[in-house]
Amino acid sequence: MSFVEGLRCRECGRVYPAAASHVCDFCFGPLEVAYDYEAVAASISREKIAAGPATIWRYADLLPASAESPVELGAGFTPLVRADRLAAELGLGELYVKNDTRNPTGSFKDRVVSVALTKARELGFKIAACASTGNLANSVAAHAARAGMQSYVFVPKDLERVKIQTTAVFGGNLIAVDGNYDDVNRLCAELASEHTDWAFVNVNVRPYYSEGSKTLAFEVAEQLGWTVPDHVVVPIASGSQLTKIHKGFHELGLVGLAQGGDGVRISGAQAAGCSPVATAFAEGSDVVRPVRPDTIAKSLAIGNPADGYYALGVVRSSGGAIASVTDDEIVEGMRLLARTEGIFAETAGGVTIATLAKLAAAGVVRHDERVVAYVTGTGLKTVEALGDTVGPSAVIEPTLEAFAAIQQEGLMR
Amino acid sequence: MSVSVRIPTQLRQLTGGSGEVAVEAATVREALASLDSLHPGIGERLLDDNGALRRFVNLFLADEDVRFLEGLDTPVSDGQTLSVVPAVAGG
Repeated sequence: MSFVEGLRCRECGRVYPAAASHVCDFCFGPLEVAYDYEAVAASISREKIAAGPATIWRYADLLPASAESPVELGAGFTPLVRADRLAAELGLGELYVKNDTRNPTGSFKDRVVSVALTKARELGFKIAACASTGNLANSVAAHAARAGMQSYVFVPKDLERVKIQTTAVFGGNLIAVDGNYDDVNRLCAELASEHTDWAFVNVNVRPYYSEGSKTLAFEVAEQLGWTVPDHVVVPIASGSQLTKIHKGFHELGLVGLAQGGDGVRISGAQAAGCSPVATAFAEGSDVVRPVRPDTIAKSLAIGNPADGYYALGVVRSSGGAIASVTDDEIVEGMRLLARTEGIFAETAGGVTIATLAKLAAAGVVRHDERVVAYVTGTGLKTVEALGDTVGPSAVIEPTLEAFAAIQQEGLMR
Repeated sequence: MSVSVRIPTQLRQLTGGSGEVAVEAATVREALASLDSLHPGIGERLLDDNGALRRFVNLFLADEDVRFLEGLDTPVSDGQTLSVVPAVAGG
């Protein structure tokens, strides 16, 4: 069963029924799912969770849709990897990587989409839709296929080719828009007003969708033996994932699963080519001025982030920081994670690791902290970003002499 | 200058259900004022007490965010469309 009481405006507190609606009719503030936490606390337990499925649905009591017949491909419960070799490179102590590349379509988006489309189906929707920078496109198309729903996926036309192909293969409608993500998002926000029988996962069902990211906090706590880390580093696109990870740690305390969640320091990572939230943080401002993105980290290329304002608040109140990294640093971050831990992350993961390195060097992320870096998408989707920075050590004839020659030349690592 | 203002679902109860309203204006600010005089109450939903655009409202003139133009002072041309879009979407 679900413990949802309704939707509540984060700004003015007005309460609405749990329908397909994402902003307050009065002040346009974001609607958030409200739960009866006393009832959740009475139902939930570590034992019940341990006996649940190895997916996000093990935390169903804290999700806004029924786990009885979820729309799912098995999202969640991804590995939390102790990253000693990376920690040594960065001068850190107890460091973990939350390896969310290990989801059905290769990114954390499977978490949010599974929740969104489960709720959408409950509400009677038969058509799924989204605005996407690629990862969400993959996930909506795949989950819609699984659920037998029609889908309309809107993406910027300059997306990585792999993300186009790995969406189109699922057979829904894929519309490439001549514009950047912010143009696509604006179009979808307007389309949502005209096609009220479509479940736009990140528009009209966004309150449910975004709740799926809380499982990134729940899992980390469970995987750390129901304790919370000291400091987490999270990439920022819209800022929704970061704010929901914060909410997840907070809720663990509310329902008695783990204490200390409000003390977790939360730091944010952006690409320098799209850093509106990092810029506002650096300026001490709470106004996030939109920018036109220009970065290889396309999955983070949101120039006008919906939750930027809230992400800033979370980072500041938790004692974290937000930094941004250049395209070259992003590629180096991808390579560093790959060569130290054997995890191949997409460009957004490179942003996270490069930002972690920068914050560690600045003493913001400390050696005495237990740290988790969230790596949220697989490198196989953004191989082209690596360009010529990696390749064969040598190309040789199939002879012993040829191999001996390159050994002598010192070409081996 | 005749401008067409696109109204999101959340405000259509103030426009009698209409998703598009034609107004006369020379700037974005005037367009909103004209919209409010046709449909009283809509102005306070979009602008705060100081007359600034509310945090969670985005305005697009001919599909361009007015914050990349001259904000509320952006001049409008005859036949352009001004879209009112809730800011909280996407990601």
